[in-house]
Amino acid sequence: MKKRIIIRFKKNMIDKPIVYRLAKDFNLIFNILRANVLPKADSIMVVELEGSDEDYQRGIEYLVQTGCDIEPIEQDIKRDEAKCVHCGVCTSVCAPSALYLNRDTMKVEFDYERCVACELCVRVCPVKALNVYFDY
Amino acid sequence: MKTIDEINEKIRSGKAVVVTAEEMIEITKEKGTKKASEYVDVVTTGTFGPMCSSGMFLNVGHSKPRIKIGGGRCTLNDVPAYCGLAAVDIYIGATAMPDDDPRNMVYPGAFKYGGGHVIEEFISGRDIKLVATAYGTDCYPKKKIETYINKYNVNEAYLFNPRNSYQNYNVAVNLTNRIIYTYMGIVKPNLHSANYCSAGQLSPLLKDPKYRTIGIGTKIFLGGGVGFVTWNGTQHNPNVPRSPDGIPRAGAGTLATIGDAKQMDPSFLKGASFIGYGATMFVGLGIPIPVIDEEMAYFTSRSDEDYWAQVVDYGNDYPNRNPVSLCEVNYAQLKSGKINVNGTEVPTFPISSYSKAREIAELLKDWIISGRFLLTNPVAPLPGVGSEIKMNALEVRDIENP
Ligand code: SF4
Ligand code: SF4
Repeated sequence: MKKRIIIRFKKNMIDKPIVYRLAKDFNLIFNILRANVLPKADSIMVVELEGSDEDYQRGIEYLVQTGCDIEPIEQDIKRDEAKCVHCGVCTSVCAPSALYLNRDTMKVEFDYERCVACELCVRVCPVKALNVYFDY
Repeated sequence: MKTIDEINEKIRSGKAVVVTAEEMIEITKEKGTKKASEYVDVVTTGTFGPMCSSGMFLNVGHSKPRIKIGGGRCTLNDVPAYCGLAAVDIYIGATAMPDDDPRNMVYPGAFKYGGGHVIEEFISGRDIKLVATAYGTDCYPKKKIETYINKYNVNEAYLFNPRNSYQNYNVAVNLTNRIIYTYMGIVKPNLHSANYCSAGQLSPLLKDPKYRTIGIGTKIFLGGGVGFVTWNGTQHNPNVPRSPDGIPRAGAGTLATIGDAKQMDPSFLKGASFIGYGATMFVGLGIPIPVIDEEMAYFTSRSDEDYWAQVVDYGNDYPNRNPVSLCEVNYAQLKSGKINVNGTEVPTFPISSYSKAREIAELLKDWIISGRFLLTNPVAPLPGVGSEIKMNALEVRDIENP
């Protein structure tokens, strides 16, 4: 399974090797999508975890035990292909270039894997082709 | 030399060679302009971008008893429409907003639903809520009406767009240190993005830069249906700086257009919301250009490298009407994804859809090849280079001491 979660660390936890142990002890592949690590305040990290269901559950339990707050990313950004007019407006706000212009077809493509669910594109799309879904 | 009538004859007999502007570029590279002008009869163009100066006239029919909406007030899906006309004629403009929309009160405003959205829904065949109030007269006694209209039960419904299809356009950058929300989209601070809005080598008026074949009466593709050029568009200004061959290097000509809304297609007319700016409408428009001589083969085969636009600061200069251009760039550079603005590399982003423009040029080509769309001789020319036209600015006078 593959899931995106938000991990909130307390400010006294950042010296613990949390991410390392997730990989080592629970065989979870993790992909950091966004991180805001502050030494003197609570930190936040958006990660994608991939592994077996069992490893995933154990990994989450471990995180909770160490005192992290876990939130599943409930938002999912989807594009309504029938609505999109390929204007390109969204490409100007998408920092990780999940939305980008294919220079051959001159169509805007959406690489979901790169999306960090920041929702900026949702606000700017002139025809509301991009939407947030709550489907977990 | 070929006349438009001769070209139409070829279309009717299935012998016309019709190509898109992209194809024309390739053909001319191979054959040269002379041969290309003999070989190709029609070049199709297209553009699909936000065009605020667009709207729709409606005659909603007479209720029983009658109501004189003219001189009263009315809304379509809560968006106010103009009713300073005869009893049941109204006009809904693309940028109109419901009275209770917060607009930019909470900045940047979302402008979720406006006139352009009403027009798109109407064209899709949906019911539109009409609410009107009137003062009542002996011949039009009713004072209030609330009902639904749609494209099947109104009388006329036609788009009348005072300004479409800009011949060229500015490239927007932002030299301030705050993000700005404009009709050119979001422009990042400190020169971190450049937004452009033209189909470049596919754009109708760039392919006939001196208005030799496009004029009043020209039949066009408008919003997925057939329309016509009715006049020059507002702010039509042929007298901008041009390249030696006559191609304008800044926004120049514009077109006023008309067309029966009932036969249009919502995939080529889309209500749009520009965050922090307002509601508008994406309009798809295409014009066939007859290759009457070698000069028209030359113009229709120019490519993105030949079209130059001015880079303008929308943070300060544009809002304050300072006519400053930071530099010139061409559409090939813009479409590559980055431009160089006085030594700084700036990523570029489009606002209009090149892929839709391409779709329109292809569709128009199919219409012509199949014989369902013939070309027209303009009944009068558009004001051209050297005409008296100059852009007037509004010099604000003191009301007390004019
Ligand atoms: S802004 Fe919306 S319509 Fe334009 S390309 Fe992006 S998703 Fe498509
Ligand atoms: S939500 Fe953010 S990251 Fe995802 S596509 Fe939209 S702008 Fe890009």
